Amino acid sequence: MLDLVLAVIVAVMLVAGGVFTFLAALGIVRLPDVYTRMHAASKAGTVGSGLMLFAAGIHSLDAAIFTRALAGFVFFVLTAPIAAHLIARAAHEAGYRLSRHTVLDEMRDARERSNKKR
Amino acid sequence: MRPAFTVALFALAWLAVSGSFTIPNLLLGLVAGGLSLALIRDHIRPDGRRVRPLKLLSLVLLFIKELALSAWKVAVLVASPKMVLKPGIFAFPLTVDRDFEITLLANLITLTPGTLSVDVSVDRKVLYVHALDCSDPVGARRDIAGGFEKKILEAFR
Repeated sequence: MLDLVLAVIVAVMLVAGGVFTFLAALGIVRLPDVYTRMHAASKAGTVGSGLMLFAAGIHSLDAAIFTRALAGFVFFVLTAPIAAHLIARAAHEAGYRLSRHTVLDEMRDARERSNKKR
Repeated sequence: MRPAFTVALFALAWLAVSGSFTIPNLLLGLVAGGLSLALIRDHIRPDGRRVRPLKLLSLVLLFIKELALSAWKVAVLVASPKMVLKPGIFAFPLTVDRDFEITLLANLITLTPGTLSVDVSVDRKVLYVHALDCSDPVGARRDIAGGFEKKILEAFR
Protein backbone atom coordinates (compact mmCIF):
# COMPACT_ATOMS: atom_id res chain seq x y z
CA MET A 1 0.00 0.00 0.00
CA LEU A 2 2.73 2.42 0.99
CA ASP A 3 4.67 1.38 -2.08
CA LEU A 4 1.72 2.30 -4.25
CA VAL A 5 1.26 5.71 -2.61
CA LEU A 6 4.96 6.45 -3.01
CA ALA A 7 4.94 5.29 -6.61
CA VAL A 8 1.98 7.56 -7.40
CA ILE A 9 3.65 10.56 -5.72
CA VAL A 10 6.90 9.92 -7.57
CA ALA A 11 5.06 9.48 -10.87
CA VAL A 12 3.05 12.69 -10.42
CA MET A 13 6.19 14.65 -9.54
CA LEU A 14 8.09 13.25 -12.51
CA VAL A 15 5.30 14.07 -14.96
CA ALA A 16 4.77 17.54 -13.47
CA GLY A 17 8.52 18.18 -13.60
CA GLY A 18 8.63 17.04 -17.20
CA VAL A 19 5.68 19.27 -18.13
CA PHE A 20 7.24 22.32 -16.46
CA THR A 21 10.58 21.68 -18.17
CA PHE A 22 8.85 21.26 -21.51
CA LEU A 23 6.91 24.49 -21.03
CA ALA A 24 10.15 26.28 -20.11
CA ALA A 25 11.62 25.10 -23.43
CA LEU A 26 8.44 26.08 -25.27
CA GLY A 27 8.59 29.50 -23.61
CA ILE A 28 12.12 30.05 -24.91
CA VAL A 29 10.79 29.46 -28.43
CA ARG A 30 7.52 31.38 -28.14
CA LEU A 31 8.35 34.47 -26.08
CA PRO A 32 9.38 37.54 -28.09
CA ASP A 33 12.73 38.69 -26.65
CA VAL A 34 15.67 37.56 -24.56
CA TYR A 35 14.32 39.15 -21.36
CA THR A 36 10.94 37.46 -21.43
CA ARG A 37 12.64 34.21 -22.43
CA MET A 38 14.77 34.35 -19.31
CA HIS A 39 11.55 34.34 -17.28
CA ALA A 40 10.59 30.97 -18.71
CA ALA A 41 14.09 29.51 -18.43
CA SER A 42 14.73 30.60 -14.85
CA LYS A 43 11.38 29.85 -13.21
CA ALA A 44 9.68 26.96 -14.95
CA GLY A 45 13.09 25.36 -15.50
CA THR A 46 14.02 25.53 -11.82
CA VAL A 47 10.71 24.12 -10.63
CA GLY A 48 10.72 21.42 -13.30
CA SER A 49 14.19 20.13 -12.53
CA GLY A 50 13.54 20.53 -8.78
CA LEU A 51 10.43 18.33 -8.98
CA MET A 52 12.32 15.66 -10.88
CA LEU A 53 15.25 15.76 -8.44
CA PHE A 54 12.90 15.33 -5.48
CA ALA A 55 11.06 12.52 -7.26
CA ALA A 56 14.39 10.70 -7.65
CA GLY A 57 15.18 11.35 -3.99
CA ILE A 58 11.85 9.99 -2.78
CA HIS A 59 11.96 7.01 -5.11
CA SER A 60 15.30 5.90 -3.72
CA LEU A 61 13.99 5.84 -0.10
CA ASP A 62 17.55 6.58 0.91
CA ALA A 63 18.40 9.57 3.12
CA ALA A 64 21.80 9.97 1.48
CA ILE A 65 20.31 10.23 -2.00
CA PHE A 66 17.48 12.46 -0.83
CA THR A 67 19.84 14.98 0.77
CA ARG A 68 21.88 15.00 -2.41
CA ALA A 69 18.72 15.76 -4.38
CA LEU A 70 17.93 18.52 -1.89
CA ALA A 71 21.46 19.93 -2.25
CA GLY A 72 21.07 19.82 -6.03
CA PHE A 73 17.82 21.77 -5.79
CA VAL A 74 19.38 24.37 -3.45
CA PHE A 75 22.30 24.89 -5.84
CA PHE A 76 19.85 25.19 -8.72
CA VAL A 77 17.87 27.86 -6.87
CA LEU A 78 21.10 29.71 -6.07
CA THR A 79 22.55 29.64 -9.59
CA ALA A 80 19.62 29.78 -12.05
CA PRO A 81 18.58 33.35 -11.18
CA ILE A 82 22.20 34.52 -11.40
CA ALA A 83 22.56 33.04 -14.88
CA ALA A 84 19.26 34.60 -15.99
CA HIS A 85 20.23 37.95 -14.48
CA LEU A 86 23.68 37.95 -16.14
CA ILE A 87 22.27 37.06 -19.55
CA ALA A 88 19.58 39.76 -19.30
CA ARG A 89 22.13 42.32 -18.10
CA ALA A 90 24.63 41.47 -20.84
CA ALA A 91 21.84 41.72 -23.42
CA HIS A 92 20.82 45.14 -22.14
CA GLU A 93 24.44 46.38 -22.09
CA ALA A 94 24.93 45.13 -25.63
CA GLY A 95 21.90 47.18 -26.68
CA TYR A 96 19.63 44.25 -27.47
CA ARG A 97 16.24 45.88 -27.88
CA LEU A 98 13.17 44.87 -25.92
CA SER A 99 10.25 43.47 -27.88
CA ARG A 100 7.76 45.88 -29.45
CA HIS A 101 5.19 44.94 -26.78
CA THR A 102 7.34 46.65 -24.17
CA VAL A 103 5.57 49.40 -22.25
CA LEU A 104 8.36 50.77 -20.04
CA ASP A 105 12.17 50.80 -19.81
CA GLU A 106 13.38 52.86 -16.89
CA MET A 107 16.86 51.38 -17.21
CA ARG A 108 17.35 52.88 -20.67
CA ASP A 109 15.90 56.17 -19.43
CA ALA A 110 18.38 56.24 -16.55
CA ARG A 111 21.29 55.46 -18.83
CA GLU A 112 20.27 58.19 -21.27
CA ARG A 113 20.10 60.68 -18.41
CA SER A 114 23.59 59.77 -17.19
CA ASN A 115 24.96 59.93 -20.75
CA LYS A 116 23.55 63.44 -21.17
CA LYS A 117 25.21 64.58 -17.95
CA ARG A 118 28.64 63.52 -19.19
CA MET B 1 27.53 35.80 9.83
CA ARG B 2 30.22 34.57 12.15
CA PRO B 3 33.02 32.42 10.66
CA ALA B 4 32.11 29.46 12.91
CA PHE B 5 28.52 29.54 11.65
CA THR B 6 29.70 29.73 8.04
CA VAL B 7 32.02 26.75 8.53
CA ALA B 8 29.16 24.78 10.10
CA LEU B 9 27.00 25.64 7.07
CA PHE B 10 29.77 24.47 4.72
CA ALA B 11 30.13 21.21 6.67
CA LEU B 12 26.35 20.66 6.46
CA ALA B 13 26.43 21.25 2.70
CA TRP B 14 29.32 18.79 2.44
CA LEU B 15 27.36 16.15 4.38
CA ALA B 16 24.36 16.65 2.09
CA VAL B 17 26.41 16.44 -1.10
CA SER B 18 28.57 13.50 -0.06
CA GLY B 19 25.55 11.72 1.40
CA SER B 20 27.44 9.99 4.18
CA PHE B 21 26.49 10.98 7.73
CA THR B 22 29.43 9.73 9.77
CA ILE B 23 31.63 11.46 12.32
CA PRO B 24 34.83 11.19 10.20
CA ASN B 25 32.97 12.67 7.25
CA LEU B 26 31.65 15.50 9.41
CA LEU B 27 35.21 16.23 10.56
CA LEU B 28 36.38 16.19 6.94
CA GLY B 29 33.58 18.62 6.09
CA LEU B 30 34.55 20.95 8.94
CA VAL B 31 38.23 20.91 7.90
CA ALA B 32 37.38 21.45 4.24
CA GLY B 33 34.94 24.24 5.19
CA GLY B 34 37.53 25.93 7.37
CA LEU B 35 40.17 25.71 4.65
CA SER B 36 37.88 27.09 1.96
CA LEU B 37 36.85 29.95 4.24
CA ALA B 38 40.55 30.62 4.97
CA LEU B 39 41.21 30.77 1.21
CA ILE B 40 38.67 33.53 0.66
CA ARG B 41 39.17 35.31 4.01
CA ASP B 42 40.56 38.45 2.36
CA HIS B 43 37.42 38.90 0.27
CA ILE B 44 34.85 38.72 3.03
CA ARG B 45 34.44 40.85 6.06
CA PRO B 46 33.16 38.99 9.11
CA ASP B 47 30.44 40.88 10.91
CA GLY B 48 28.51 40.05 14.04
CA ARG B 49 25.22 40.21 12.18
CA ARG B 50 22.47 38.23 13.82
CA VAL B 51 20.28 35.87 11.85
CA ARG B 52 16.77 35.37 13.16
CA PRO B 53 15.90 31.73 12.44
CA LEU B 54 12.10 32.11 12.64
CA LYS B 55 12.02 35.12 10.34
CA LEU B 56 14.42 33.34 8.02
CA LEU B 57 12.10 30.34 7.94
CA SER B 58 9.16 32.58 7.11
CA LEU B 59 11.23 34.08 4.27
CA VAL B 60 12.01 30.59 2.96
CA LEU B 61 8.33 29.57 3.11
CA LEU B 62 7.23 32.74 1.31
CA PHE B 63 9.90 32.04 -1.29
CA ILE B 64 8.74 28.45 -1.92
CA LYS B 65 5.15 29.60 -2.30
CA GLU B 66 6.10 32.39 -4.70
CA LEU B 67 8.38 30.06 -6.69
CA ALA B 68 5.58 27.54 -7.22
CA LEU B 69 3.14 30.31 -8.14
CA SER B 70 5.66 31.88 -10.50
CA ALA B 71 6.43 28.66 -12.38
CA TRP B 72 2.70 28.03 -12.68
CA LYS B 73 2.06 31.51 -14.09
CA VAL B 74 4.84 31.27 -16.65
CA ALA B 75 3.70 27.78 -17.64
CA VAL B 76 0.09 28.94 -18.12
CA LEU B 77 1.24 32.00 -20.07
CA VAL B 78 3.44 29.96 -22.39
CA ALA B 79 0.81 27.28 -22.89
CA SER B 80 -1.99 29.73 -23.72
CA PRO B 81 -2.52 30.18 -27.46
CA LYS B 82 -2.50 33.97 -27.28
CA MET B 83 0.18 35.32 -25.00
CA VAL B 84 -0.82 38.61 -23.45
CA LEU B 85 2.40 40.46 -22.76
CA LYS B 86 3.12 43.92 -21.47
CA PRO B 87 6.79 43.54 -20.60
CA GLY B 88 8.97 46.35 -19.34
CA ILE B 89 11.82 47.29 -17.03
CA PHE B 90 11.04 49.31 -13.93
CA ALA B 91 13.39 50.81 -11.37
CA PHE B 92 13.10 49.64 -7.78
CA PRO B 93 14.66 51.93 -5.16
CA LEU B 94 16.55 49.73 -2.68
CA THR B 95 16.25 50.04 1.07
CA VAL B 96 18.65 47.16 1.75
CA ASP B 97 22.22 48.30 1.19
CA ARG B 98 24.58 45.42 1.96
CA ASP B 99 25.89 43.34 -0.95
CA PHE B 100 24.63 40.14 0.58
CA GLU B 101 21.10 41.49 1.01
CA ILE B 102 20.97 42.98 -2.47
CA THR B 103 22.10 39.64 -3.94
CA LEU B 104 19.48 37.78 -1.97
CA LEU B 105 16.71 40.20 -2.93
CA ALA B 106 17.73 40.11 -6.61
CA ASN B 107 17.69 36.29 -6.61
CA LEU B 108 14.32 36.15 -4.88
CA ILE B 109 12.85 38.66 -7.35
CA THR B 110 14.07 36.60 -10.29
CA LEU B 111 12.33 33.49 -9.01
CA THR B 112 8.99 35.14 -8.25
CA PRO B 113 5.99 35.69 -10.51
CA GLY B 114 6.65 37.74 -13.60
CA THR B 115 9.77 39.54 -12.41
CA LEU B 116 13.47 39.23 -13.27
CA SER B 117 16.36 41.29 -11.90
CA VAL B 118 18.37 42.81 -14.71
CA ASP B 119 20.87 45.18 -13.13
CA VAL B 120 21.88 47.18 -10.07
CA SER B 121 22.82 50.81 -10.53
CA VAL B 122 26.47 51.73 -9.93
CA ASP B 123 25.66 53.48 -6.64
CA ARG B 124 23.69 50.40 -5.47
CA LYS B 125 20.56 52.36 -4.78
CA VAL B 126 18.37 51.14 -7.61
CA LEU B 127 17.57 47.64 -8.80
CA TYR B 128 16.28 47.33 -12.37
CA VAL B 129 13.60 44.69 -12.63
CA HIS B 130 12.12 43.25 -15.82
CA ALA B 131 8.46 42.35 -15.50
CA LEU B 132 6.29 40.29 -17.84
CA ASP B 133 3.37 42.51 -16.94
CA CYS B 134 4.65 46.02 -16.42
CA SER B 135 1.30 47.80 -16.66
CA ASP B 136 1.42 48.67 -12.95
CA PRO B 137 5.02 49.45 -11.89
CA VAL B 138 3.84 51.30 -8.78
CA GLY B 139 2.01 48.23 -7.48
CA ALA B 140 4.93 45.95 -8.36
CA ARG B 141 7.33 48.19 -6.42
CA ARG B 142 5.01 48.18 -3.44
CA ASP B 143 4.72 44.37 -3.52
CA ILE B 144 8.49 43.87 -3.45
CA ALA B 145 9.07 46.49 -0.75
CA GLY B 146 6.28 45.10 1.45
CA GLY B 147 7.12 41.44 0.78
CA PHE B 148 10.65 40.20 0.25
CA GLU B 149 12.53 43.33 1.18
CA LYS B 150 10.66 43.66 4.47
CA LYS B 151 11.26 39.99 5.28
CA ILE B 152 14.97 40.26 4.47
CA LEU B 153 15.27 43.27 6.75
CA GLU B 154 13.47 41.36 9.50
CA ALA B 155 15.59 38.23 9.13
CA PHE B 156 19.02 39.84 8.99
CA ARG B 157 18.85 42.95 11.13
